[in-house]
Amino acid sequence: MYSTSYHKAASVAEAESLLAGASDGKYLAGGQTLIPTMKQRLAAPTDLVDLTKIPGLAGVEVSGNTVKIGAATRHYDVASSASVKSAIPALAALASGIGDPAVRYQGTIGGSLANNDPSADYPAAVLALGATIHTNKRAISADDYFQGMFTTALEDSEIITAVSFPVPAKAAYVKFPNPASRYALAGVFVAKLADGSVRVAVTGVGESGVFRASAIEAALAANWSADSAGSIAISPEGVLSDIHGSADYRANLVSVLAKRAVAAAG
Amino acid sequence: MTTVSMTVNGKTVSADVEDRTLLVSFLRETLGLTGTHVGCDTSQCGACVVHIDGRAVKSCTTLAVQAAGTAVTTIEGLSSGGELHPVQAAFRDNHGLQCGFCTPGMIMTSVDIINRHGAHLDEATVRHELEGNICRCTGYHNIVKSVLDAAGRMTTSAAAE
Repeated sequence: MYSTSYHKAASVAEAESLLAGASDGKYLAGGQTLIPTMKQRLAAPTDLVDLTKIPGLAGVEVSGNTVKIGAATRHYDVASSASVKSAIPALAALASGIGDPAVRYQGTIGGSLANNDPSADYPAAVLALGATIHTNKRAISADDYFQGMFTTALEDSEIITAVSFPVPAKAAYVKFPNPASRYALAGVFVAKLADGSVRVAVTGVGESGVFRASAIEAALAANWSADSAGSIAISPEGVLSDIHGSADYRANLVSVLAKRAVAAAG
Repeated sequence: MTTVSMTVNGKTVSADVEDRTLLVSFLRETLGLTGTHVGCDTSQCGACVVHIDGRAVKSCTTLAVQAAGTAVTTIEGLSSGGELHPVQAAFRDNHGLQCGFCTPGMIMTSVDIINRHGAHLDEATVRHELEGNICRCTGYHNIVKSVLDAAGRMTTSAAAE
């Protein structure tokens, strides 16, 4: 790792000014991606501004039909939260399958979303549930937020403060994890929202990161059943291909996982 | 350089370190606590697992400065009064190790698993929860056996207290 200077921010405003004062700074959340990337010298920020010690940035709040999760909330705390488990069990289950237990103690929802890894789990939940990403500047809808692999609507100094999830009528997430990294080789989040609309998001598959599978959404809107989801073939065009799985393989996994997810959602 | 202070195995420690210093380097090189190992150095193998405020984390993926002000427990801090911790004793009794390289991380992760699941622990849960710890010798069977044995010992002794 190249040399860097660490700063602990006590507030969101202080974090922003610390970053503004750095020549090439980066925000640090749980560090489960950024620190390994720095160790490999693929990233070399001059300064790190730690957001996780900011009071009030972590925690879960359920009010009415909304689950609001603070950006610095660790995966473990989402997975084990009684209120998340009862309001959106699919979200708690998704968090319980990220990485491994040690990673889940450190990684945060805000960090995962800011990074927008094409194989990360949280983007699928955020997009399928039509969540809202709150920052220190504005609220961004999930449909506007994800803009391609490792690319989001966030401006350089913008900080995610929380994510609000509407409680769906039904939802489930099923992933096919890479057995070594536990990242999704493919992951499908299906949701029937409270208003009856259907949203399906796919991670680990798209060359441009997480995306909505509109053909599966249409099939499920017409007939909410596992067979209906599994009957849709996904084109391998624009699908990731690597040593872990070809584009054809991943595209087929989407149909299989969508079917399993609907079966799990009930 | 930053002066980093934390509690390690019950003792307050303080040292000037570069901000890029990993917690595992701080423990091994600055404090001389070499029981915590560096295996893969890519946050996959779990040989470097220590507890920060009671949570089992990978010390090769944490900066020492991030752990400032916390309470860290390493494998050296587990036993007390010359008696092995029940998880250490169970690993010895069940032949839960061969070369021993992964063992400190396995044991620190296992203590965390038992703390969270207690008497409800079953084999499938142990295998699932150990997925962040890699062992190249044992084939895991005796490790799983050790964790289940230790969970039994710890919950029995907790119930007796």
